[in-house]
Amino acid sequence: EKMKSWLLGLFLLTNTDLYTTHSVVEGLESMQNYDYTKYHPMDEIYRWMEDVERANPELISSAVYGYTYEGRNITLLKLGLNDTAGSEKKVIWMDCGIHAREWIAPAFCQWFVKEIVNSYKTNKKLGQMLQNLDIYVTPVINVDGYIFTWANNSTRLWRKSRSLPPPDSTCYGVDLNRNFKANWGTIGVSFDSCENTYCGKSAGSEPEAQAVMDFVGTMVNQTLCFLTIHSAGQLILLPYGHPEISAPNYNELVSVGQAAAVEMKKVHGMNYTVGTSPQILYPNSGSSRDWARLIGIPFSYTFELRDKGEFGHLLPEDHIQPACEEAYVGALSIITYVHDKAFKNSAVTTVKHFTLVSGFTMTIWSTIVAVFVTTGFMV
Amino acid sequence: MGLRIIVVLAVLMGVTGSPTTTVRPETTSVDTAAHPNSIPETAEETGQNEVFSEEEAAEDVMATGELNPNHYPAQRAAKVVQHYLTTRYGSPYRLFGLHRVHSGNAEDVGDSGRKYQLEISVHEIISNTTQKCSAEVFFPHGQKQESPQVQASCEELLNISTKAQEEALYQQYKMNQTLLSAQNLPDSHGHIEPDVKPLWHLGIVASSFIMLKESSENTLYNMAQVANITQLETENEQLKFDCHTLLHDMVSQEILHWKLLFAWSPAEGVKVLQMEQLPHCQHCEKPPNTN
Repeated sequence: EKMKSWLLGLFLLTNTDLYTTHSVVEGLESMQNYDYTKYHPMDEIYRWMEDVERANPELISSAVYGYTYEGRNITLLKLGLNDTAGSEKKVIWMDCGIHAREWIAPAFCQWFVKEIVNSYKTNKKLGQMLQNLDIYVTPVINVDGYIFTWANNSTRLWRKSRSLPPPDSTCYGVDLNRNFKANWGTIGVSFDSCENTYCGKSAGSEPEAQAVMDFVGTMVNQTLCFLTIHSAGQLILLPYGHPEISAPNYNELVSVGQAAAVEMKKVHGMNYTVGTSPQILYPNSGSSRDWARLIGIPFSYTFELRDKGEFGHLLPEDHIQPACEEAYVGALSIITYVHDKAFKNSAVTTVKHFTLVSGFTMTIWSTIVAVFVTTGFMV
Repeated sequence: MGLRIIVVLAVLMGVTGSPTTTVRPETTSVDTAAHPNSIPETAEETGQNEVFSEEEAAEDVMATGELNPNHYPAQRAAKVVQHYLTTRYGSPYRLFGLHRVHSGNAEDVGDSGRKYQLEISVHEIISNTTQKCSAEVFFPHGQKQESPQVQASCEELLNISTKAQEEALYQQYKMNQTLLSAQNLPDSHGHIEPDVKPLWHLGIVASSFIMLKESSENTLYNMAQVANITQLETENEQLKFDCHTLLHDMVSQEILHWKLLFAWSPAEGVKVLQMEQLPHCQHCEKPPNTN
């Protein structure tokens, strides 16, 4: 009799999860069929985000945190595991595709998510970090611009957003990475709306930039690191874009950046140069990286991915994998550093108190299984 | 009795912890740096960068003396050397990329301009070999934009002979019944059909003449795309091409459109006959029909 009730209990427990399990399986299949070594148009990226969330409900949730000029969703994926101790989670921010033509950047954000999904269960350190951190990934910020680059052969090299021309102009778009509230309009910009570094009519005038500032602004105290992904040039840029302003933790920013570059070189031998924009590229203002550092996020970097000019923004698809492999290692190097700095005693140690609700459920479940096996043998 | 066992087991497991739940220790507060705002601080430089700390502030007023090889002044001058080498030695089977700047030095030449001396490594892309070069780049500072002047000596630049391949390609094109034409090299996905690769390479060599001519200390040119390359009829030995090329200037982030007429033969190499900058194509940038 007892045997029957245990069997029933087991049956019920498995079947309540049946609907969600089916959804998970479907999502998993889509995820596994997705080709991360090809460039994808925006509708496929939106669908992929849905699939990846459905396939990994315990790890991933999504949020729409703003709308582009043309009214499209700006969507992020939040990667994180249930925090059993209930302490406050820290935040890592990563965005891709502020500049429409830099296709390798959104490709990398997708790759990054895929890598985390495929390794968090077996990689103890990663699993642990995901209990302490939430990683917010925006695969494409400049959705309008990205879609425009897919329209036809003559639009592929578009950089800016797709905002309407100002009153006295016929030229569309704003350079979103010159529009942030960070010494806006001071250097490395154009006030000509026809130019590719046009910084907009005022700081944060563009909805895409404002969406980032609003959303990250609510989490600034918990945010350890802000990474913004671009191409090309093989550079790791630290704040600030203004030649006469230095971040107070400049030395640490350099050493963490250099450590990342060292790791990246190990993968495929590619050199990534580390420095401020005025040192190794050009001075600029209004960048998202600068804004993040200015509001107090201690670590803020612009990654400029492959290559160094042979293909530039038209990076061939057979370069996607190696470019993403090295970029992943670089990003993870920085994420690991900022995590370990914030969670100094982050080794897996003994319990200090009773595990909370989810832990207890797990305990009950494994106990039931154990008892079932035992009683099964006894009967 | 069964129920009691379960409760006891549950309690025991709760005390010792389950391997799948990770422990959250006391977290230390994030070591955010002190308020980073508007206080300009001089950059503290460590290690080998200390040498250049005085140069840092002056960098945007043009660096002089020994240059940091990773910083933009040396890098921009070195890129000019790449374009120069491509114009002089480039072919459908020989193309150059800048691999590394080892050292650099800059000095003013009175009021006439600035001279850079560089030790660099260049990468020959097709044979995938790297070699060292010493070069000098002079940027004139005149009223109107003048091209830089370059001198370079590389160890064994022409070591790998491409004569046979070039001759074969030349014969193939000469004997073609139809005139060749190709567009969008590379295409949006970075792809180039193998049989049109030599046309892409020819377009790069010809474009290097423009990039060399247009370069200054405030530009960094790279090829973006050969939009169109079309073979034309000729009466003489040379092959002739009409080419619409897109160049990317990293500093302004602009795409510059140029039209080129050039000739090529293995004996003479690439010779540019005409070049003309095309206006920034405004009407190309209207949105397509649908969202």
